[in-house]
Amino acid sequence: MTRAIKRQDRLTAYAFIAPQLAGTVAFVLIPLVLVAWYSLHEWNVLANTFTFSGVDNYRQLAEDPTVPRVLRATLLFSAGLVIVNLSLALLLAVLLNQKLRGTTVFRVLFFSPVVVSLVAWTIVWRFMLQDNGGINSFLDAVGLDGPNWLRSGGTAMAAVIVVQVLKNVGLNMVLFLAALQGVPPELYEAARTDGANAWTVFRRITLPLISPTILLTSIITVVGSLQVFAQIAVLTEGGPGTSTTVLVYYLYQQAFQFHAFGYGATLSVLLFLIVLALTVVQWQLRKRWVFHES
Amino acid sequence: MKLRAAIASIVLLVSVAACGGAEQGPVTLRMTTWSANEAHVRLFNQIAADYIKAHPDVTIKFDALPVDTYTTTLTTQIAGGNAPDLAWILEGSAPDFVSSGALAPVDDAIENPSELAPSATALWKQDGKLIAYPFSTSPFGVFVNTDLLTQAGQKLPTGADWTWDNAIAVAAATAAKTGKQGLVPRDFDYKDWTNLAPIFDGWGAQAWSDDGKTCGFDQQPMIDAMTFIHQAIFTRKAIPGPGVAADFFAGESAMTITQISRASLLKDGKFTWALVPLPAGPKGTYSVIGQGGVGVLKQGKHVDAAKDFLKFFTGDANSAKLAQFFPPPRTPQLTADTLARSNPLLSKEQLQSVVIDGIANGVVKPSHANNAQISQAVRAALDPLWTADAEVPAVLKGVCTAIQPVLAK
Repeated sequence: MTRAIKRQDRLTAYAFIAPQLAGTVAFVLIPLVLVAWYSLHEWNVLANTFTFSGVDNYRQLAEDPTVPRVLRATLLFSAGLVIVNLSLALLLAVLLNQKLRGTTVFRVLFFSPVVVSLVAWTIVWRFMLQDNGGINSFLDAVGLDGPNWLRSGGTAMAAVIVVQVLKNVGLNMVLFLAALQGVPPELYEAARTDGANAWTVFRRITLPLISPTILLTSIITVVGSLQVFAQIAVLTEGGPGTSTTVLVYYLYQQAFQFHAFGYGATLSVLLFLIVLALTVVQWQLRKRWVFHES
Repeated sequence: MKLRAAIASIVLLVSVAACGGAEQGPVTLRMTTWSANEAHVRLFNQIAADYIKAHPDVTIKFDALPVDTYTTTLTTQIAGGNAPDLAWILEGSAPDFVSSGALAPVDDAIENPSELAPSATALWKQDGKLIAYPFSTSPFGVFVNTDLLTQAGQKLPTGADWTWDNAIAVAAATAAKTGKQGLVPRDFDYKDWTNLAPIFDGWGAQAWSDDGKTCGFDQQPMIDAMTFIHQAIFTRKAIPGPGVAADFFAGESAMTITQISRASLLKDGKFTWALVPLPAGPKGTYSVIGQGGVGVLKQGKHVDAAKDFLKFFTGDANSAKLAQFFPPPRTPQLTADTLARSNPLLSKEQLQSVVIDGIANGVVKPSHANNAQISQAVRAALDPLWTADAEVPAVLKGVCTAIQPVLAK
C-alpha cells in the first residue's frame, strides 16, 4: 500500500515538473548538443551544404586575429559592468536603507528602468548620446565640449557600460536592500557599544553578513554581462573599429551576417565554456569569502 | 539564452520543413522584399491579382523585411528551412547569392531577354546564365533643396562648374548660413561605406581591382578621394560629422546623394528641389548605380511556379508599371518619354541626364563574394578616419591590411 502511494507520489511529481523539463530539454539541452555538433561542420546556408570538417573551426578560432580583441572587449565590458554595477547598487542600497522621508520614492525611481523594455531604453540612450544629442547639448549649455560618445574608441565602451548599469542597477539594489534589512540590529548596537565607527561597522558586520547576496548578484551580473547583445547592436554595432565587439556580438556577426554558422557555433561553445568556468570558480570561491550560508 | 532559443527554433523549423514534403494542389508563393512603401505594395498586389486571374490555384504573398537587416533575415529564414520562393537581392550580396548556387537560373523565365541592358545584368550572371533579374537599376544623383540655397544666397553651379569642389563649397556655405546641414551621403551614417562610392568613383578610386583580388584603398586615387571627403567633413564642414542625424527629405540638409528611386519621398515635399547628376570629379563626369535583383530560391518549395510568376512579374507590361519606382533593365523602356509617363515627379531632362545616361555609363556600387565580412572589416578599419586629426593614408593602408587576406582567397 505505502509502496503504491509512493509510486503515485513520484508520478505526480514527475507530472508537475514535466512542462519545465520538456522546455529545458527542447530549448536548452538539445540546442546545446546541436551547437557542439554544428561546431564540427562547415555549414554554408546559401549553397545548402553541411559538411563535416573536424576541428577546422577550432583551428580557425585559435588563429583568428579578431578573437583576442573580442575577448579583451568582453573582459573589459564584464569587469567594468560588475565593478560599477555592484558598487553603485551597494551604495544606493546603503543610502536608501536609512530611515528618512522619501526613500520609497527613490527606491521606485532607481528600480523603474528594470521594468522598461531593454531595446526602448537603449534606443533612447542612443539619441541622448549621439554627437548632437541630449547629453552634449546639455554640456554645451554649461560651456563644456562633450566627446562623440559612441564614436570614439575611448568613450564608446564606457557609454555602453553606463547605459547597461543604469538599466539594471535597481535589481541588485533591491537584493542588497533585502540583505541589509536581514542584518540583526542587535549586532549593530553591540558594535556601537564597543565604540566601532561607521566604516568598521560596515566592514566587520554589514559586509560579512550580506556576502551571500554579493556572491549571488556577482554571479548574475557576470553571466548577464557575457550575454550582452541588444545594447551593442543598437548603440555601436561593435564599433568604433572592434572596440565594443563582445563575444556574443561577434558570434552573431559570424553566424547571421557572414553566414558562417559552423564557426558561429564554435564561438558559442567558447562562450559556454567561459560561463561554465566562471560559475565554477565563483562557486568554489564562496567558501573563502562568503561568511555564512544558510 | 536568446541565442540558444534562436538555434532551437531553427532546429524546430528544419524538422517541420522536413516533414512537409512536396505539396500538390493550391500553391502559395512568398516573395521577400525590402519595401513596405504603400505605393510599392499596392502595385505588387495589383500585379499579383492580375496573375491570379489566370492561375486561380496560386496565392502570392509579399513579405517586406527591414532593409538594414534584410540579407541577415533572409539567410536565417533559408537556414531555418523556411526559404521564400522568390527573394529580392541587394547588389552588395549579389556575388554571394549568384555564386553559391542558392538561386535557380532564370533564363527560361524572362520575356525577351535580348532587351536587357548588358551593364544591368553583368552582376547577376554566372557562366553565361542569368541567375537573378535586375528589376531595379537605379543611378545615384544629387537632390538639392533649392529653397535653402536661395536662403543662403547660393546658386547651384551648372554645366562645367558642377564639380565636387564647387558642390562642397555651396553645401558648406549653405550649412553655415542656414544652420542646417550641407551635403548628406544618404544611408552612409559612417557605417555603410559603399554609399561613398558615388563620391570616390569621381576620382577613379576603386575599393578593389576588377578581379576582386587586390585592395584599392591604399592606391593614390582612393587616398585623394578620401582626403577630399575628410576635409569636406572636418575642415569645410560641408558633410555632417559622425553621429549627426540629418534627413534631406525632412528639409534638414541642403543636398543629398542618393538613388533616384527615393524621389517618391518628395511627393509631399514642403520645399522646392532639383535633381542633378553627380558632380564631375578630377576624372571627369561619371555615374554610379545601385541595383536590386529578384531571384528564385532553389530551396523554396515551388520552384517552377515561382519561375512562372517571375516571368509575369518582370515581363514587358509589368516592367513598364514597375518603372515608376524602379528603373527597368529593358532598353526599349529606357527612354525619357516612357519613363516620364510613370515618373510625374521628375522632368524629362532629369530622367535623361540622371537615369538614362546614368544606366548607360554607370559603374555598379562595390560588391564582392563574402560581402558582409569584407564590408564589416572595411567599416571597422575605416572608423579611425572619422576624427579631425586622422592620417588618411595610414588609415587606408590599415583597411588593406584588414581585407587583403579575405580578397586574396
